[in-house]
Amino acid sequence: MAEVLVVVEANAAGVKKVTLELLTHARELGTPAAVVMGAPGAAAALTDKLAEYGAAKIYAAEHEDIDNHLVAPKVSVLAHLVARVQPAAVLVGATQEGKEIAGRLAVRLDNGLLTDAVAVAADGAATQVAFAGATIVTARVTRGLPLVALRPNSISPTPAPADAEVTPVAVELTDADRLARVSERVVEQKGSRPELTEASVVVSGGRGVGNAENFTMVEELADLLGGAVGASRAAVDSGFYPHQFQVGQTGKTVSPQLYVALGISGAIQHRAGMQTSKTIVAVNKDGEAPIFELADFGVVGDIFKVVPQAAEEIRKRK
Amino acid sequence: MNIVVLVKQVPDSGAERTLRADDNTVDRAAADNVINEMDEYAIEEALQLQEAGGGEVTILTMGPERAAESIRKALSMGPDGAVHVTDEALAGSCALATSRVLAAALRELNPDLVLCGAESTDGRVQVMPHMLAERLGMAALTGARKLTVDGDTLTVERQTDEGYEVVTAATPAVVSVWDTINEPRYPSFKGIMAAKKKPVRTVSLADLGIPAEEVGAAGATSAVLEHRRRPARSAGVTVADSGDGGVRLVEYLATEKFV
Ligand SMILES: Cc1cc2nc3c(=O)[nH]c(=O)nc-3n(C[C@H](O)[C@H](O)[C@H](O)COP(=O)(O)OP(=O)(O)OC[C@H]3O[C@@H](n4cnc5c(N)ncnc54)[C@H](O)[C@@H]3O)c2cc1C
Ligand SMILES: Cc1cc2nc3c(=O)[nH]c(=O)nc-3n(C[C@H](O)[C@H](O)[C@H](O)COP(=O)(O)OP(=O)(O)OC[C@H]3O[C@@H](n4cnc5c(N)ncnc54)[C@H](O)[C@@H]3O)c2cc1C
Repeated sequence: MAEVLVVVEANAAGVKKVTLELLTHARELGTPAAVVMGAPGAAAALTDKLAEYGAAKIYAAEHEDIDNHLVAPKVSVLAHLVARVQPAAVLVGATQEGKEIAGRLAVRLDNGLLTDAVAVAADGAATQVAFAGATIVTARVTRGLPLVALRPNSISPTPAPADAEVTPVAVELTDADRLARVSERVVEQKGSRPELTEASVVVSGGRGVGNAENFTMVEELADLLGGAVGASRAAVDSGFYPHQFQVGQTGKTVSPQLYVALGISGAIQHRAGMQTSKTIVAVNKDGEAPIFELADFGVVGDIFKVVPQAAEEIRKRK
Repeated sequence: MNIVVLVKQVPDSGAERTLRADDNTVDRAAADNVINEMDEYAIEEALQLQEAGGGEVTILTMGPERAAESIRKALSMGPDGAVHVTDEALAGSCALATSRVLAAALRELNPDLVLCGAESTDGRVQVMPHMLAERLGMAALTGARKLTVDGDTLTVERQTDEGYEVVTAATPAVVSVWDTINEPRYPSFKGIMAAKKKPVRTVSLADLGIPAEEVGAAGATSAVLEHRRRPARSAGVTVADSGDGGVRLVEYLATEKFV
């Protein structure tokens, strides 16, 4: 069976969940081959996890300049690998970096690409969601191999232990790969909560939360449910919560098992980022708020009464 | 510094949007068409750089004839002129073809800086800046929440999932911006009047030397096989809080196995 190249994303905590999802998808298309691109030593730390999720092979491309620059060096590595391996498909996460890699690789290989897919069939046809999740599209790359960016949280990753034979890849970079240099990387404290786009539970607060201090109430409920915290644009614009937690059209797209909307009206641009969530629960004092049109369970009430009571009840049941 | 700002006309994201039944492309006739929101932030950033350091600001749009309205609107914010690439053959272009056309137009304009939105609200493909950079042999600094220019050095601060990073490159380069970078100005009455007289050059595929069959639906590198509306989510149960709303909420979560 032909190899399916999976572009690995990782952070200090290890392999990102989206990569495990890609490996799970890849098994349907061929033999999963994970591509780790990073500073020297990057692959060793990730091997076990990648093997556990089905990587029959791991291509390890390690070079200082990969980490110190934006995606171009990774694209050079991938372009060489594609020429050498002739894979059945190349899968990336539909994350900022994943899409950027896919975009450049598409130009380099003169190959079509599909973004925001939620599934890929064995024949390479992808299911994409468009327009805030309102339209479902089946599409296929008609020039070159299937180069597909898959949305985080589109599948539950399942383990399928494999050998994970590590193959080092020579990294040959050009000056053009070194044009955009990362001069500083700042990690901001975000505690132990799961990554917003990867979380299976997301609890979001809107303008109704009122101020930044009150967001501790949203955080508390998120922690009790083991979830991530999100925010509407109105909450972010009002300075209640940082921008990287914004859910919606101009923020993150999330698709958790459970989405809890607190004091959020449910504007179309907010729905754009959350309406493919499996279960939606809302608390809003306005019974006419559009969020109730898509909520599986809604409470018309004051979040400052309902949420603390809910938190207390969860604690009692634990 | 000469700056080109990429502006795309898109269907309003605040209204219903659909794909056409016949050719699977966006139904732009049915939709209210507006400037892609993030592109307004790119225009604002360009104008602020011009105010600080001079040079020209030119709008570049690829789109149907109707996109001219958005170009005038963009010009009313203050840019000097625009180039509108329009050609029947461009309908249904994939991202790869779009980048080829925009790159060809940019080669002629030869700017020091290309500014664009981080993503469009319709395609949301988020690939254009890197595709253009790849074709033009420039750096791409994407997702800027802050941009500083010092001579020919560009420094961008961009959000990451873990925090933020600082990225630098020399001009010429492509920089894409998020809506956190500035607050776009509203066009003044004077700006609206002045925009009517600003030069807008219309360019065809032949002018750019690109064969029509290599772009648009004919030259697309991906194809939509079918599309359908997601069945609308049906509203579930809504209860009014009469003192036990929090408990009832948790009861629901428990039946769904979340607690
Ligand atoms: C191009 C574009 C892109 C956009 N992108 C995004 C995006 O990415 N994400 C996003 O979220 N929005 C986005 N928006 C903005 C969007 O249109 C809405 O303005 C925004 O989602 C509103 O946020 P909200 O629901 O928190 O605030 P509001 O609409 O003000 O709603 C607040 C809600 O809280 C309720 N409330 C108030 N107090 C209480 C209380 N004590 N108890 C219970 N309920 C209470 C109110 O009844 C109300 O329903 C975008 C807009 C545009 C034009
Ligand atoms: C629902 C939907 C899904 C799509 N999926 C795919 C897909 O999977 N693969 C694919 O190849 N194509 C796809 N397309 C087509 C693609 O969106 C267009 O080719 C588009 O012109 C380029 O992508 P974008 O606007 O999403 O770019 P983005 O990379 O999201 O846009 C970034 C910025 O580039 C600039 N820009 C983009 N287009 C133009 C333009 N025409 N004129 C001026 N500036 C511009 C703007 O400043 C914009 O803010 C899709 C289109 C739609 C509507």
